[in-house]
Amino acid sequence: MFLGMIYSILAVEPEASGSLLDINPGLIIWTAITFIALIIILKKVAWKPILEALDQREGAIRESLEKAEKAKDEAQKVLDQNQANLNKAEEESRKIIEQSRSYAEKLKEQMLLETKQQSRKLLEDATAEIERKKDEAFNELKNQIAEIAINAAEKILNENLNKETQKKIVDKYIGEITKN
Amino acid sequence: MTGIAVLDTLKVVTDTLSHTAAKSGDSGWIMHHVMDGKTIDFAPFGEFHVPQLPIIFGIDITPTKHVFFMWLAAIILIAVMTFVARSYKKSLIPKKFANFFEIIIVFVRDEIAKPTIGNSYEKFTPYLLSVFFFILFGNFLGLLPYSSTFTSNIGITATLAVFTFVMTQFGGIRQNGFFHYWKGLIPHGIPVWLLPLMIPVEFLGLLTKPFALAIRLFANMLAGHTVILALIGLIFFMKTIFVAPVSVGFALFIYLLEILVALVQAYVFTMLSSLFIGMAVHQDH
Repeated sequence: MFLGMIYSILAVEPEASGSLLDINPGLIIWTAITFIALIIILKKVAWKPILEALDQREGAIRESLEKAEKAKDEAQKVLDQNQANLNKAEEESRKIIEQSRSYAEKLKEQMLLETKQQSRKLLEDATAEIERKKDEAFNELKNQIAEIAINAAEKILNENLNKETQKKIVDKYIGEITKN
Repeated sequence: MTGIAVLDTLKVVTDTLSHTAAKSGDSGWIMHHVMDGKTIDFAPFGEFHVPQLPIIFGIDITPTKHVFFMWLAAIILIAVMTFVARSYKKSLIPKKFANFFEIIIVFVRDEIAKPTIGNSYEKFTPYLLSVFFFILFGNFLGLLPYSSTFTSNIGITATLAVFTFVMTQFGGIRQNGFFHYWKGLIPHGIPVWLLPLMIPVEFLGLLTKPFALAIRLFANMLAGHTVILALIGLIFFMKTIFVAPVSVGFALFIYLLEILVALVQAYVFTMLSSLFIGMAVHQDH
């Protein structure tokens, strides 16, 4: 009924060759032929190459993006590694410095100790030497005294003296020794 | 665009003058202008009569005005697309002209075919692109002076709709298998006693889709042209020059609207074709 209404509105007088809703079979044939040919030709000359080119380009873009992502990851990895290496090197150098410092400290202390010991030994040695020399001198002195006493005794014996004279002489010598 | 609009208007005016002179007062001249025929007018330079071809099996196969413009659109379309395709050989990144068409092609592929059809969209993209550009070029060709809008012919739009119908059935049968496809047309879980009702309803539903496609494109393309002609005809109907500014102004507005309609109708036809194909391919949704 709706169609009929449209038809009655659009219908015009017979000499205008029918109405707008008239379907011309020849036209349908031409349309079908044209459209099929158009689809076939366009598919061959246009859609296939264009869509392929688009796919190719999209593939290339995707690939390059992925590549860039990968390269970025790799660079990040290298950077991290470098950072780690740097940290390790720093740590190592710090350790070395620490070690050498402690070693130096130890060495210093040791040297100091050694020097002290050496000086003490020197001092002791010197003291001992002095003591020895003193003893030696004392012994020599004692010997000399004994010699002198023997000499004196000889003289006394030789001179043949009395008690008083003997005493005087002994006192005199003893006084001489103490004076010495 | 306005230049073209004025030219178109001028052509209409001369057209109108010759017809109103013949028989004033009727609206036959509008019909003459929008309808198919065997003469192509180049008023005021004369007209071209298509030579009559023999009638085969009772069918007059003489190419009419609309057939000629259909061929013109097809030739322009092939030429343009060949150029676009060739520009990809030089570089994968096309320049201005090709880039413009690439945007439309990518739009049809990614915004129409892909979301409505899904996985197997690649098989139908060439058809959808062809139908979209064919209608688009036809619509825009119809807006040029001296031309005729072949997409405002019900015979042509119906044929295009039949193509979509065939593609839909073809896609559905190919995807689901012949029997499974026909079985799938009837919704699941329908009681058996409803089947005598559902089968004709679903079958009718199958046919109304292309019918609506054909009528929509035909009516939309016809309406704008008819309104423009009617507005211009107002000057001659009222026999006064003072109505001309209003008529021309409105006609210009409708003309600009027509540009939009030309684009939208090509989109709608393709979108719905794609949707129907998608529905046939994925019956369970």
